[in-house]
Amino acid sequence: MKITRRTALQGTAGALALGVGGFNFDFTKAEAQAPAVKRGGNLTFAISAETPHYDPAGSDTYATLHFAAPFYSTLLRFNLSKFPAVEGDLAQSWTVSPDLMTYTFKLHPNVKFHDGSTLTSADVKATYDRLRNPPAGVVSTRKATFADIGTIETPDANTVIFKMKDVNAAMIEHFASPWNVIYTAKDITADPNFPKTKVNGTGPFTFVEHVKGSHVSGKKNDGYFKKGLPYLDGWKGVFTLQAAAMLNAVQGGQVLGEFRGISPAERDRLVQTMGDKIRIEEQSWTLNLLVCFNVDKKPFDDVRVRKALLMAIDRWGGSVGLSRISTLRSVGGVVRPGSPMATPEADLVKLPGFSKDIKKSREEAKKLLKEAGQENLKFVLWNRNLAMPYTPAGIFLVDQWRQIGVEVEHKQSDTGAYLATMNAGNHDVAIDFSNLFMDDTSLALAKYLSVTRAPENRSRSKDAELDKLYDDHIRERNPEKRKALIRAFEKRLFEQAYQQPLLWWHRIVPTHKVLMGWKMSPSHNLGAQLEDVWLNA
Amino acid sequence: MLRYTINRVLLMIPTLLGVAVLVFFMLRVVPGDVVEIKLRGDGGNVSQETIELERKRMGLDKPFVSQFGDWMIGMATLDLGKSMWTERPVIEEISLRLELSLQVAIMATIIAVLIAIPLGTAAALFRDTWIDYVVRIVTIGGLSIPSFWFGMLIMLTLLGLFNWLPPITFTPIYVDPVANLTQLIWPAMAVGYRYCAVVSRMIRSSLLEVMNEDYIRTARAKGVYEKVVISRHALRNALLPAITVIGLEFTFLIGGLVVTEQVFNLNGIGQLFVQSVSRNDFTLIQGMVMLIAAFYVFVNLIIDLLYAVFDPRIRYE
Repeated sequence: MKITRRTALQGTAGALALGVGGFNFDFTKAEAQAPAVKRGGNLTFAISAETPHYDPAGSDTYATLHFAAPFYSTLLRFNLSKFPAVEGDLAQSWTVSPDLMTYTFKLHPNVKFHDGSTLTSADVKATYDRLRNPPAGVVSTRKATFADIGTIETPDANTVIFKMKDVNAAMIEHFASPWNVIYTAKDITADPNFPKTKVNGTGPFTFVEHVKGSHVSGKKNDGYFKKGLPYLDGWKGVFTLQAAAMLNAVQGGQVLGEFRGISPAERDRLVQTMGDKIRIEEQSWTLNLLVCFNVDKKPFDDVRVRKALLMAIDRWGGSVGLSRISTLRSVGGVVRPGSPMATPEADLVKLPGFSKDIKKSREEAKKLLKEAGQENLKFVLWNRNLAMPYTPAGIFLVDQWRQIGVEVEHKQSDTGAYLATMNAGNHDVAIDFSNLFMDDTSLALAKYLSVTRAPENRSRSKDAELDKLYDDHIRERNPEKRKALIRAFEKRLFEQAYQQPLLWWHRIVPTHKVLMGWKMSPSHNLGAQLEDVWLNA
Repeated sequence: MLRYTINRVLLMIPTLLGVAVLVFFMLRVVPGDVVEIKLRGDGGNVSQETIELERKRMGLDKPFVSQFGDWMIGMATLDLGKSMWTERPVIEEISLRLELSLQVAIMATIIAVLIAIPLGTAAALFRDTWIDYVVRIVTIGGLSIPSFWFGMLIMLTLLGLFNWLPPITFTPIYVDPVANLTQLIWPAMAVGYRYCAVVSRMIRSSLLEVMNEDYIRTARAKGVYEKVVISRHALRNALLPAITVIGLEFTFLIGGLVVTEQVFNLNGIGQLFVQSVSRNDFTLIQGMVMLIAAFYVFVNLIIDLLYAVFDPRIRYE
């Protein structure tokens, strides 16, 4: 199949027409006949950031996973062919009690760590103890996630039982989180920070070297517990921190792909220059940009002002325009559009800020501003100085608000200065982002909790009603009732207009067609283990 | 001469100390916190308690004066501390990249000097002829085209014409000279072009000035061959200002090739500088500033000593 710029753009337009939720556009449909798996070879791919350390438990950046995931295993993992379904990784099987209070995992027998020691349930317990109750000097960014675990029991070497203090309806998904890689008990007992600088996992590849600023590499783990895997002899992840360098490297064949995501312009360049050598996969992404109003500052303590500003934004029109030039695309509420718990479009358009009748919406917005005595509103919009997609989003918002007579100064700054401003509460309005690795609502909704519970809430709002709805939804076992609680949460949040997703991101991943077996998903944090990747060369 | 050299070396200490005080306290004015960026920069849901514990563990909760004292004590023992981002020794972080940056700087300097001296000399000797005009076009091109853009053109040309790009990861020259030179010759050319333009313009102007000096007229009047007049009398003196420029440009190349390094995906000091600034990695920034300041001071000393070699009139006694 010959790929031209036109076919690429037609594909993009098609994606927009389909409404993007769960959409997966693959230029390689023509290669439907899957060739036989070939073993051997070394994969070189680009990683557009470098991890500060090797410990996924203390990290939130994909850079750590693209670096470390091939060396490790997790209890469960997401089945990317049937996302968001989960499957066993180290767990051969598992059971969940009907009251969701006990999770029992049977581990694969004779799983070896790279140092030759055998995995036991004690290693799983030690890893999860470190996650939920990190010793002094250890950072666990998922401490809160596992706060509901009461005890961890290890009745035998291959059985682990998690007994909960309280119900967490998303617990199975959390056990499949790519961040919770299993370490040896002896390593983390001897030095709780061992995983920050050393690698000893049970994953499909063993660690070879990390040349700082340059690359990381791994080689096939011959003792991998999944027989016949991995297919590759080894891999090298090259740090390409500049997009142009990464694109050149993909085009020149120095790397066979970049697994985080690129912009539409970058995609078009690769398609245009590489033709049928490149495969482009697209899907809605578990990331979004948010508009946050600092409720501690006047006039944003007035719900009418906040609501008016949200109602002035034409998300549906913006989605079409911004998706051509940036990674922003899908219109959605607090849950990724197209995912099981997402608000259907018919309900979404009834919420403030999502109306398709933008003219009417802006008239109402002007009326609200007048009522609040803010017809000549001026403020500063804080944003990160990252080109993609923060800058286009900021420019878009400035223009949207200009159309209801509001004057906005767009201020972009380094992440450090940006976070310092947010923490000090010195901002008027800010563009923030939500970075999720799955569609679970216990994570997606957490950002909107009262600032006393969620320091990353840039609106600094405190709302007991929202907090209660959140807690209720986490404990709710019935999916339909849970969904209703999420709807109520969303309605309350948008009526109060503290903060609101602007648009959800759209993931575009380029890979050379010789690279096979890699699976696209809505999160760049998933699918980094490379165990079933192979080279058709 | 020896006394002068010792004095200059001793003067390096207060100079570097001044730089240390300036960079340390100026950095503390910069808003932002490395712990925040590390733990919350990617949207992490991390409690304030965790942030505070990390700051304490890294000694960021101590008063600035105490942090400065710790740093200075470390400097006295050549321990630049640990990077706040990677928690690896600053020396290790820098030395990894210094080899590459130093090699690119040396290669660019060689390219620049080898081309600039004949080019600048020819332009001066054939002033206002077609040779001068051609050299002028070449050098003005070098001054006007940013190195990184020239680098991009080189990469795109290699890609477009040969569907080939230089190796993407660094191999030291003592491991595989071919792979090493295949990777670094292109960035060296990209920055060497601008460097060469600067030096050749400098040589042209100073040679024109020198050629009108009395001692040149005297040498010619004595019947000295023109070649000898130029090489032994004129060029030797004209090179003095060029040496200063070469020295300063060389030092600049150690840490100043930020964008060029990005274009060629080079793991050099320039990229590390930008990364550490964007991460508020103060200890690493301090280490790099001190390294570059030491380079500048050292290269200036060498330049001053070379002046004495090239110009016998200059004596430091």
